[in-house]
Amino acid sequence: MPSADEVKTRIEAAIPGAHAEVDTADEVHFSALVRAQAFDGLSRVAQHRLVYDVFDGELGGAIHALALKTEVS
Amino acid sequence: MSDNEIRDAISTAIADNDVILFMKGSPASPACGFSARTVAMLEALETPFAAVDVLPDPRIRQELSAISKWPTIPQLFHNGELVGGCDIVTEMYESGELATALGASASDDAPQEAPVGAEAQAAPMGIENRLG
Repeated sequence: MPSADEVKTRIEAAIPGAHAEVDTADEVHFSALVRAQAFDGLSRVAQHRLVYDVFDGELGGAIHALALKTEVS
Repeated sequence: MSDNEIRDAISTAIADNDVILFMKGSPASPACGFSARTVAMLEALETPFAAVDVLPDPRIRQELSAISKWPTIPQLFHNGELVGGCDIVTEMYESGELATALGASASDDAPQEAPVGAEAQAAPMGIENRLG
């Protein structure tokens, strides 16, 4: 099971300039606030897709749920 | 149904319904907290919406995600476009954007009396018609 730190590290590694705050109570359900310059000009759907793409195939599996909020930094 | 037929049925359902929610369970009996919250927001706005349960066949979810490039359920579509999942819908609900977006559509092209049943007959995969 991934830790909150692992999820944070993977988001920040995959999205240049991103800063992520990640919480989890059970290492299965996560919530993340992600701020990134890369979100500028993108729709919310496109912003969330960038983050979901980091965990391709894992959402619904090892990561049961990722509650997500994105902001342009 | 073949995978392609399922994909075509999903595409048709998205095109044919102004507001359509792909969810786990039904609006009356949601099988997941995120789906339940999304239904509750639409109902609070008194938005007529079609709903598709993705649980009866795992291929519904696979083909839907292939179309939408979105990995999670629920997924809300408006005028053929993905609005988002529960998080985005919640943000838009709280900011008032959701009411604006969905309300504008309803007043533009919804008939004054919603056609009960007409779309339900054409709708595939057990879409529950919520119009009217």
